[in-house]
Amino acid sequence: MRGRALARAVYPLVGVAVILLIWQAYTRVFAVSRIVLPAPSDIMLASIERYDLLLRETWPTFLESVYGFGLAVAIGIPLAVCVASSRMLNLTLYPILVATQSVPKVAIAPIILVWFGLGIESKLAIAFLVAFFPIVVDTATGLQATPSGLLELARSLRASPVQVFAKVQFPAALPFIFSGAKVAVTLAVIGAVIGEFVGSMSGLGNLLLTANSQLDSALAWAALVWLSILGILLFAAVALAQRLLMPWADSGHD
Amino acid sequence: MPDEKSGMSRRSSRPGETFGHFADVHQEFARSDAAPLVAIAAISFDLQPRTLVTLLGPSGCGKTTFLRIVGGLIRASRGVVQINGRDVTEPQPDFGIAFQQSNLMPWRSVLKNVLFPMEIRRENGRAARERASELLTQVGLDGFEAAYPGQLSGGMQQRVALCRALIHCPKLLLMDEPFGALDELTRMEMQDLLLDIRAKTGATVLFVTHSISEAIYLSDAVVVFSKRPAVRADYIEIGLPYPRTPEMRYCSEFTALGHRAGRALGITR
Repeated sequence: MRGRALARAVYPLVGVAVILLIWQAYTRVFAVSRIVLPAPSDIMLASIERYDLLLRETWPTFLESVYGFGLAVAIGIPLAVCVASSRMLNLTLYPILVATQSVPKVAIAPIILVWFGLGIESKLAIAFLVAFFPIVVDTATGLQATPSGLLELARSLRASPVQVFAKVQFPAALPFIFSGAKVAVTLAVIGAVIGEFVGSMSGLGNLLLTANSQLDSALAWAALVWLSILGILLFAAVALAQRLLMPWADSGHD
Repeated sequence: MPDEKSGMSRRSSRPGETFGHFADVHQEFARSDAAPLVAIAAISFDLQPRTLVTLLGPSGCGKTTFLRIVGGLIRASRGVVQINGRDVTEPQPDFGIAFQQSNLMPWRSVLKNVLFPMEIRRENGRAARERASELLTQVGLDGFEAAYPGQLSGGMQQRVALCRALIHCPKLLLMDEPFGALDELTRMEMQDLLLDIRAKTGATVLFVTHSISEAIYLSDAVVVFSKRPAVRADYIEIGLPYPRTPEMRYCSEFTALGHRAGRALGITR
């Protein structure tokens, strides 16, 4: 058991280390220009040496992602409840949802920028737009996938519709909601960066563009590394929330 | 051999005191592409109070449908379905149902699953908690109150479901092949447990199974359903005394009853 846990931690690290070594060797052996492809050591150095700058720029991106994600949850779940509970609302809303989803977010980002300006609001809006679809779809799917046996049990006990929803349907949908939320939170980071690319004064996306234009590739790559870490941390936070809110899920098998 | 113990015997049918009355119950389901599917042609029998009656029949013969009709989960197309002299049109508060699947909620602990019916009735106070613990002890699950269903074996899950069906002291317990998914040994254990609990609570039980031996072992009477559309193929009074013991499964009377049920089902001649 312990050996397996160790293996699970070690093997991915070994994989990453091998790739980094090859990368490092390649840039050194072929004397690749630092502007074209900085060596991992350069990126690491930039990540650490300029951590104050990176940290400062991470904060706005973090806020944009978290607010956008939070808004997506706050609006997406009630919307999913509507879609799942009423056939009429389902028929009315679903096509609109799918239509909004098929519009490329990068394409509407400039319009949103015009509406909300260069501040945090426009990034938040784009993060929300990309994050909310998986939440709506997964929540609605979960609410409609309640095991029929549980619904029949509730009916045999003459549970009210509110009781059925609160005590059966919603808890049964939680695993779906969380799988949607995990996808959504990583998308929210992407949404925030899209917003920053289109127009911004701060954030990791902004820093990446600036560093790139100044041919400071090591810093650009460092911004990329920090972005990935931000995404991973937010994903881990949602996964942790899932473990806390659904303690039964990992108590059963293995 | 069981007759030596017949001091314990109790013939439960007391005339003039009918608990459930089912007459010419007929059920068909509409189909869009074909004529209606007749699940039950006509089933009639009376259910005496405090008896355990089994509906025995081949798979898909309509016995589960019949149980659902009695439970008020669906309404019969035609016929009389009465419990305590009143027509059953919807689920009744003094019914308890145990389903084929345990239907436990994975997000609730064992104790909270058992308390679920009381929570729905907003009666989950201290008394309910105590009764839940008592029931769990009776089925040998004390100490598992805080466990989640995912941590239990199939047999243990069915025991929790049984406790849940009994938590509100139902007058009528409806059981739809609750032991069908269990292995033979666990199943026999559960049968004894059910009889034990029945003796203590005095509930009337309507039990669905397709196992001849299970039907005979448990019941005061067995209603044999024919193949679909179901009619009553036989009504067998099981004269064996309670408490039933595993040895009775091998006595000649048990075998004879099995033959009779087999003939009614068209398996033996």
